[in-house]
Amino acid sequence: MSGELAQFLLSGLTVGSIYALVALGFAIIYNASHVINFAQGEFVMIGGMATVSLLGAGLPLALAAALAVALAALIGLALARFAVQPARGASVVTLIIITIGAAILLRGLAALVWDKRIHALPAFSGDAPIAVAGATLAPQSLWVIGVTALIVCALWAFFNRTLNGKAILAVSHNRLAAQLMGISVRRVLLVSFALSAALGALAGILVAPITFTSWDVGVMLGLKGFAAAILGGMGSGPGAVLGGLVLGLLESLGAGYLSSAYKDAIAFIVMLAVLMLMPGGLLGARAAERV
Amino acid sequence: MRGLLALAAVVLLAPLALANNYHYEIAILVGLNAIVCVGLNLLIGYAGQVSLGHAGFFGIGAYGSAILAARYGWPPLASLAAATAAAALLAWVVGRPILRLRGHYLAMATLGLGIIISIVITTEDRYTGGPDGMSVPPLALAGFALSGERAWYWLVGALLVATVWLSLNLIDSPVGRALRALHGSEVAAEVAGIDSARHKLLAFVLSAAIAGLAGALTAHYAGFITPGKATFLHSIELVVMVVFGGMASTFGAVVGAAVLTALPQLLTVFKEYEMVVFGGVMMLTMIFMPTGLVPTLAMLARRRR
Repeated sequence: MSGELAQFLLSGLTVGSIYALVALGFAIIYNASHVINFAQGEFVMIGGMATVSLLGAGLPLALAAALAVALAALIGLALARFAVQPARGASVVTLIIITIGAAILLRGLAALVWDKRIHALPAFSGDAPIAVAGATLAPQSLWVIGVTALIVCALWAFFNRTLNGKAILAVSHNRLAAQLMGISVRRVLLVSFALSAALGALAGILVAPITFTSWDVGVMLGLKGFAAAILGGMGSGPGAVLGGLVLGLLESLGAGYLSSAYKDAIAFIVMLAVLMLMPGGLLGARAAERV
Repeated sequence: MRGLLALAAVVLLAPLALANNYHYEIAILVGLNAIVCVGLNLLIGYAGQVSLGHAGFFGIGAYGSAILAARYGWPPLASLAAATAAAALLAWVVGRPILRLRGHYLAMATLGLGIIISIVITTEDRYTGGPDGMSVPPLALAGFALSGERAWYWLVGALLVATVWLSLNLIDSPVGRALRALHGSEVAAEVAGIDSARHKLLAFVLSAAIAGLAGALTAHYAGFITPGKATFLHSIELVVMVVFGGMASTFGAVVGAAVLTALPQLLTVFKEYEMVVFGGVMMLTMIFMPTGLVPTLAMLARRRR
């Protein structure tokens, strides 16, 4: 394997892990409520920006990161409670606009509370590059890939081994039946928003030392995570992870071998192609909403 | 018909309240956005199909006409027509596969399409000037250039009235009834013999062509165009204008465009809070009056009586 190819694969896996985390956030909320939360990218921004500002206030990195994740989860709860729940049963357009409105509101608040400059987090464990198969790997990439792998395992355990997780799965399969079994659909909605927000924030913290963070990073990261969720199959957890990794690799290889100017377009071309040719995605339900 | 006359009266009388060129400029922008929104309302409000990518068609109209006129020396009217046709053609080609999708999936596909168009416009800087934008020659016919705020006001005003008239007539025609039936229930409409794919495509192509035309006009009016008008955020702004004013209400679309275009201009003092206010308005409108401003007010007025 040539060093160049190895380099592209490694950076693709790193950025793909971030997309996977964002895509998981989309999938969890979509499963629990059939809402597509366009504010998902803003949680990524909040994670990165809050950590930067708390770190600046003198807190140690681990504590700053934990507080940032908690803040995002709280905002996620508030979004579910005060914006999505009151509009339950509204049309698709209505819900889409509510979450996009929330995204714009959060972005505006971030620009006011923090600032409009670009910030970098220090890498978690130094910058000394590691040589792998003729390519160099930043230690932060290992953090990104490792933490993502841990979270995927933890989520698997959450959805298969705990009552809360099983309740979310039950609601996603059949809302009415779940309600009849005594599951509180309201609570499932709140839990899923808080969980997705926390996942997004974590992604934002992990990636901030590599790609930097600012008040408007949420737009592109959110939309690409969304493309990853569609590629994997909307609402499928394993699909979201697979979609994220595949998208990261495609983007990295495409930018390396085809055109770096069109790097950002790759995700959306893939998304359009998937929607036209196989709307169910790689691992989604076979029966998508098709006429 | 009463509504159309009222709109024409507003367009005719508005200059009495417009004191200077800046006021005219705002009025022209309101008119251009209203034209896009009346078209988009046919798709969202009547056919019930969401598009999160209409700024892309607006951008194709704007940049298409700008490039043909500035780089290839086409007469502006010809470039305007060609750019509008290009927007319609793209909508027709892409619309066939993506309009088979419903709800969320259609919104996603149009979103992706819009972003791809916006990235192409920003990247192909040899033609479009990239992020810095490009200058656009003025609209001219047989040597006479259309210039000055007043002349543009009357052109845009007339076009707005014509677009609204077209939209009202379309809605009352068999095609319009078919579109509304689709919105109610696609299956039921199919059973009643309505070719749903053809009608949805028609609404999509028509709204894209109108957006393209308004885009081309905006480019020639402003004399300069940047990729900002083709971005995802502008697509969202257009949808919000339609939904804020009132879905399935042609005048709602006009009112929505007027309020949301003029308000930021009047609130420039609060520039820093613009996004917070805009996001907040979007959320509050959707939570408390999901049918939009004009239908909600109409309902309240009926209840009073």
